[in-house]
Amino acid sequence: MSEREEEPRDQVVLEVRDLHVEVEGREILHGVDLMIKFGETHVLFGPNGSGKTTLLMAIMGFPRYRVTRGRIIFAGEDITGLEPHLRAQRGIGIMFQRPPTIRGLALRDMVRLCAGGEIDLSAMAEEMNLVDFLDRDVNYGFSGGEIKRSELLQLLAQDPRLVLLDEPESGVDMENLQLVGRAIRKLLQKDRRRTRTKCGLIITHTGYILDYVEADTGHVMCDGRIVCSGNPREQLEGIRKFGFEECARCTR
Amino acid sequence: MEGRLRQGESHQERGERMASPEDRIRELKERAMRAAGKPAPYGPDIDLSQYSCTPQECAYAEELSDIRDVDPEELARSGVDITGKGRSGSFVQLDNTIVHRKALEKGVEILGTTEALRKYDWAWEYFWNVVQVDADKYTADVELNGYEGYFIRALPGSRTVYPLQACLYIRSPRLVQRVHNIIIAEENSELHIITGCASDHRVDMALHLGISEFYVKRNAKITFTMIHNWVPGMDVRPRSGAVVEEGGVFLSNYIVMEPVRSLQLYPTARLVGEGAVARFNSVLVARPGVEMDVGSRVVLSAPRCSAEVVSRAITLGGSIVARGHLRGEAEKVKAHLECRGLILEEGGGMLAIPELEATVPNVDMSHEAAVGKIAQEEIEYLMARGLSEEEATATIVRGFLNVRIEGLPPVLEREIQKMMEISQRSAL
Repeated sequence: MSEREEEPRDQVVLEVRDLHVEVEGREILHGVDLMIKFGETHVLFGPNGSGKTTLLMAIMGFPRYRVTRGRIIFAGEDITGLEPHLRAQRGIGIMFQRPPTIRGLALRDMVRLCAGGEIDLSAMAEEMNLVDFLDRDVNYGFSGGEIKRSELLQLLAQDPRLVLLDEPESGVDMENLQLVGRAIRKLLQKDRRRTRTKCGLIITHTGYILDYVEADTGHVMCDGRIVCSGNPREQLEGIRKFGFEECARCTR
Repeated sequence: MEGRLRQGESHQERGERMASPEDRIRELKERAMRAAGKPAPYGPDIDLSQYSCTPQECAYAEELSDIRDVDPEELARSGVDITGKGRSGSFVQLDNTIVHRKALEKGVEILGTTEALRKYDWAWEYFWNVVQVDADKYTADVELNGYEGYFIRALPGSRTVYPLQACLYIRSPRLVQRVHNIIIAEENSELHIITGCASDHRVDMALHLGISEFYVKRNAKITFTMIHNWVPGMDVRPRSGAVVEEGGVFLSNYIVMEPVRSLQLYPTARLVGEGAVARFNSVLVARPGVEMDVGSRVVLSAPRCSAEVVSRAITLGGSIVARGHLRGEAEKVKAHLECRGLILEEGGGMLAIPELEATVPNVDMSHEAAVGKIAQEEIEYLMARGLSEEEATATIVRGFLNVRIEGLPPVLEREIQKMMEISQRSAL
């Protein structure tokens, strides 16, 4: 074995360096650094308006989220200037919190678009309890839980290397939460250990999702910066006890 | 409306109630003459004197495959399956001559309109009832200068599985194609018709005048799908009307994506029997230079009738007026109107005019209209799934035009889907 062949676990899949992002002329992220290695799942905590969603959107490359400084490196490639579809094609997938409805486009066809190749659609839809929704327009009249399941079905079909999830548990009832948790576990290959290749970056407000999906690292965002990185369970406990304010103060 | 067969009335009884055919014909001619200069309320006015063509005679063909005076591919382009497979019958008219008509299933009859007038002494009673002869100069012109067209009738209780196909084709420049169609679904029958209208690419200018009168009797059903594939020099003035009796269903789908110079129509369905249903779907695409004024109107004049009018319009630089009018005249009617327009290119424009009208209190009527460009967030949603901006736009446009038509037999639905895809590929 040559020295060059590193353990895959040490490979960096996503690296965000000193990222500054503007939305409509206002800077929201003031220099974010983040590194996700092979097979890792990270969670993002933080109060409303702290920039969590902006970070995810910037990683996906939506034009409204303008990078003014810093770099996003994915699998060794600088993708800072790439359009979203090229990032998707390279293996980044995102779950939308409030996806738009596309009239006349059936969920069935949407899932096929995501897959870009052959998939066992009926088995996947069965698993996500969405068989009856396949012929409906994507997101049209879907409830909160149905939207989450539909988003996850699309992501399962896309099978990205890095999954970006924005509050996957919000608006989901207990019954659906199990299903959502199971789908995320599957996306992130949580039932594997050594051969796990998928990465995740999950925004969670409540932390409920941690009951279903184990995370390796947690980050607390405040005012456009990551102020604390560490054990996600401990962070969550701290936040629950003392609130974000205290949590932010501890770093000062 | 006095010429219409009343519920439970025999043709003979009506004959006695009515004036004699000779009186009726004389009256129609007089009314037509008085209306010969009457412009239509909508659409650019057309000078009928600029058309000078004497149509060429075309040979009648016993079989579809024997039609000689038009390229089979052209027929296929207008939606005709020249093998006749999966069809319960066919009708083809070139210019003003019928070159083929044949029913392949029992229970359904296809004749030429003048042939029907000769064959049945009651047939004339179905002419100019739901479309008025003096509506405008175009209806008047059809009556005064003679017409052909199809007379399609589903016998009582008959249900054809496959659709009938009809093609109206223009091959001579400077022609006025005058068509008068009569479509009758007798009680408890079901009838599906696909009509393709097209013209030869060499036709630099021509006018299509098409009268269609639909009669949906008690508990009968007609689905009518019309696809227009004209050329940029064509002016088109269809004049259609339907009357739907108790428990009857009338579904009309109108698709026009190819260029035309001007197109104006505003068909009306009258729901006269309890629980009658009408649905109009229109799919319009206007390229630069195209002027379209397309509406659908439903008059709900019996209790518990329902209606739906849906239009999807895209301008690529042409101008579109999308109209819709619902009029509730009876208790417990339910009706919805939806006009949606997408402006993909500037240069033309879009005007949506939805109108609701009610004369009694207990009605449930609504409308929604939206005109604009494709929402950026929809494009980004698809881009995040790996589609380029162009692919995402095309996917959204396809979806926008994908009006799902309820109540069609699956065979027909597939067929229409196929035709839509062909039209879209060439239009967008």
